[in-house]
Amino acid sequence: MQFSTSSGPFISPQNSIQRIMLWVLIALVPGSITMIWQFGYGVLFNIIICVGTAIMAEALMLACRGRPIVPTLMDFSAVVTGLLLALALPTIAPWWIPFIGAIIAIIITKHLYGGLGYNPFNPAMVAFAVLIVSFPKSMTVWALPAALIPDGVSVSSLVSIVFSPLSDNAPLQSLLDGITAATPLDQMKTQLNLNLTVQEVQTDQIFSSLAGEGWQWVAIAYFIGGMTLIAKRIIGWQIPLGVLLGLFACSMFTYLLEPSSAPSPLFHLLSGGAMLGAFFIATDPVTASTTVKGRFIFGLLIGLLTYIIRTWGGYPEGIAFAVILINMAVPLIDQYTQPRVYGQK
Amino acid sequence: MSFFSLILLFALLGALLGYAAIRFKVKGNPIVDQIDALLPQTQCGQCSFPGCKPYAQAIANGEAKINQCPPGGDAGIAAIADLLGIEPLPLNEENGVKKEKMLAFIDEQTCIGCKLCIQACPVDAILGAPKQMHTIIESECTGCELCIPPCPVECITMQPIAKTIPLWTWEKPSTPNQGKLS
Amino acid sequence: MRLWSFNGGLPALAEHKNHSSPIVIEKAPVPSTLIYPLRQHIGSPANALVTVGEHVLRGQKIAEADGFVSAPIHASSSGVVSDISEQLFPHPSGLSCQSISIKTDGLDQEVELPSHADFRQLSTLELVNIVHDAGIVGLGGAAFPTSIKIDNHNHDWNIHTLILNGAECEPYISCDNSLLMERAQCITEGIEILLFMLGAKKAILAIEDHAELTFAHLTKVFSDHNNEAIQVAQVPTIYPTGGEKQLIQTLTGREVPSGKIPANIGIVCINIGTIYAIQQAVVKGKALTSRIVTVTGDGVSTPKNLEVRIGTPISQLIDVCHGYTQQAERLIAGGPMMGFALSSDEIPLIKASNCVLVASKEEVVTHKQAMPCIRCGECASVCPASLLPQQLYWHSRSDQLDKAASFNLLDCIECGSCDIACPSHIPLVQHFRYAKSMLKTQQHEKQLSDTARLRFEAREARIARDKAERAEKSRKKKAALKSKPTKKDVDTTVANTNIPSSEV
Repeated sequence: MQFSTSSGPFISPQNSIQRIMLWVLIALVPGSITMIWQFGYGVLFNIIICVGTAIMAEALMLACRGRPIVPTLMDFSAVVTGLLLALALPTIAPWWIPFIGAIIAIIITKHLYGGLGYNPFNPAMVAFAVLIVSFPKSMTVWALPAALIPDGVSVSSLVSIVFSPLSDNAPLQSLLDGITAATPLDQMKTQLNLNLTVQEVQTDQIFSSLAGEGWQWVAIAYFIGGMTLIAKRIIGWQIPLGVLLGLFACSMFTYLLEPSSAPSPLFHLLSGGAMLGAFFIATDPVTASTTVKGRFIFGLLIGLLTYIIRTWGGYPEGIAFAVILINMAVPLIDQYTQPRVYGQK
Repeated sequence: MSFFSLILLFALLGALLGYAAIRFKVKGNPIVDQIDALLPQTQCGQCSFPGCKPYAQAIANGEAKINQCPPGGDAGIAAIADLLGIEPLPLNEENGVKKEKMLAFIDEQTCIGCKLCIQACPVDAILGAPKQMHTIIESECTGCELCIPPCPVECITMQPIAKTIPLWTWEKPSTPNQGKLS
Repeated sequence: MRLWSFNGGLPALAEHKNHSSPIVIEKAPVPSTLIYPLRQHIGSPANALVTVGEHVLRGQKIAEADGFVSAPIHASSSGVVSDISEQLFPHPSGLSCQSISIKTDGLDQEVELPSHADFRQLSTLELVNIVHDAGIVGLGGAAFPTSIKIDNHNHDWNIHTLILNGAECEPYISCDNSLLMERAQCITEGIEILLFMLGAKKAILAIEDHAELTFAHLTKVFSDHNNEAIQVAQVPTIYPTGGEKQLIQTLTGREVPSGKIPANIGIVCINIGTIYAIQQAVVKGKALTSRIVTVTGDGVSTPKNLEVRIGTPISQLIDVCHGYTQQAERLIAGGPMMGFALSSDEIPLIKASNCVLVASKEEVVTHKQAMPCIRCGECASVCPASLLPQQLYWHSRSDQLDKAASFNLLDCIECGSCDIACPSHIPLVQHFRYAKSMLKTQQHEKQLSDTARLRFEAREARIARDKAERAEKSRKKKAALKSKPTKKDVDTTVANTNIPSSEV
């Protein structure tokens, strides 16, 4: 009897890109739901516009490059990028912010560098950085947490804000003033610069027991999602531990030195994009370091740089720029953290 | 004062350099040997030089481009480019194309024992004597084809190398949808 | 017993162990035709000793070893040599090689060879020669001539530990386990022989920890045998624990230095099938003519462990296992990880064939669409040699062989763990095999070109020397002519000496 031949190994692989991406999406669900619950439907609009644009941009680029569209879209990498970007964006952003962001992330940062697996920089973070530098005003429209808006925000007013034309609109502005405020990180940074102490700053209503009101629950939800990913062996523990440790160590050091002018480590870990960054953004396999030791160093450097930008830099949140800058250092980190091969000295 | 100390310093450095130039002078031109090590030693003359060493010499002197050697192929050009730190060029196909290596074969029925091919072979890969049967030593033949023109009875042909188990290699797996890297 | 661990490995492959055939050995009948490819071992192929039409007996040498790294081949049953020609044989290339075919006569007569009930009466050199003459090669799959591995005469190896590799880490394969269950006494005697030959202090027989029955059985056999130097050890069921380097690291914590062999660190690692063959050769005087093979997979009706005569066509074994099922899709020689596909079931079993896997469509992955590498690093985390398969992949793919070699490509054991772990389904092992064979070809071509350069330079030197000699000769001649008298001088001289005119 004759047989056709093929090359081994002859066991089906357990893992696939699709499986990895789906688990990341599942792990982001608690965080997304908490975000929507705490900060309103603006987040949902961001998600829908971002993910939808990301998928369409990916399909467009695949068609231009002559690659199979549906099989490639089915690996869900565009969906994950879109979702991560949406969760990083301000909660009441005009519709064109997530739209432009998704286009920059998918087309420029991902496909123009060669597509999945070839981009040196994290797409969501590059898009975020471009947006925050280009549209500083629109990128600072953060909603108040649900606890501080007793009457809630009606969907219709939200729709009118998000989809309003680009020009300034006075009635909308007064509506916005009532439901938006600076983020806890932003508030902390500006007030500290005005020489208030940390304790005085934290008397403001947007601060709560652990960190920012609303933000602390979102951070905890991301933490739970991240631990699920580690338990499922989708991501390793090295990068999240590195990022959180870096941030923790720096903030603990300054906090112990001067508790009145440095916020506590807990505040740093549960504010802004620290948890999202540690578990979901820095762990993007394509742009992170590849060796095991290198990953820990990669995370540590990101944590360190985030603290530096938050405290002494020009922006209240440093995760995005920290990730991009340390992405640049990855080849060097990989070069010097090669494992010792069996049988070699 | 500083003027004089500078003059003194320059004189010292000049003396040091002169001494080093004489003491550590390298015989010959090592770059020629390095280039020659990368050439396939077919000695076929397709590069228009009489052998691989003269071609290496010409490359070192800047008289010849690095893309003249068909048996070396693109891999050879890339290696020489890497050595010299210059951009690789595509193979100059006027000299020939990179072919699968073939070995010369003498048809013993036709050979007249004239010795002309033996004199032509640059690596002494033909065994024979006047009026005695000539034969190609397969393990030494480089496939340069220099023996074919001199033969008056045209009894030499080029044969592809038989695919045996020791020479078999694994095939390169295809990489669909990946595009070329270089 | 203290165990160490090696980096990476695939624990998840343990679930495939359920497919194993029952660990009892059934004797397969002698087939009507036996085929012996002369390339059955590492090293030079054997040279045929017999001619067509010659009658041979079981255990008779039909091919002689060629050179130092080679092994003889023996007939597995009595019969007449029917053919010596190129036939298909188990090799990933699908090429043929010179093979001896024997038509059996059904009588199964054996040749009488000297047996040695007390092997301690023999010298180690005599024992090594017995192992060599019996045609014993590594039956774990590598087929390296065993006599070279256990011959300490020309080396200064200080062998202190003998490891018996019963780990059998590839899924589906259970031939060594069945041998351990049924013939443990012979194997124990084989271990004693080898301890005597090598002068080793202890022997460790390693089996995986899922083989509980085998462990219990061996513990009893060894305690009855009462030699403290021989122990059984359970190693974790992680693929590829059975790889020689990984097993040595697990049992002793030591690594075989790159480019060296285990004997250089005082360890010799032998497969269970090989040790059984050694015992049979020394004590019973039997040459290597049969072995245990696992015939398994969803493509055979009844998976079994068979004792098979070497040279049996695979189709005969399938018949013993009640034929193919409807789902038979691939015929694989070896296990699912390191085996290769065969094009026909007329191909014979050779000494190194430890498993015949007939895979169904569900079991075998016929065509995986490779996605781009997402740099996840899973490949590096499972690599038992602590390599960076990602880097090896990038450099193999772009034909940068020197860079691939600098990342220790040649230390890759081609186990396939990285292939299974890769979420992008990149055929990593195929890339590495390609790159390794390209490196080998490159080295071979470099050797050829170096020789050509030497011959060319020698020829140039010879021609220059000939030229110089001729120039020197003609110069001397010219100089001699100048000093000799000219014809005019001769005439005058003749005229001045009154020589009678008749003599001029």
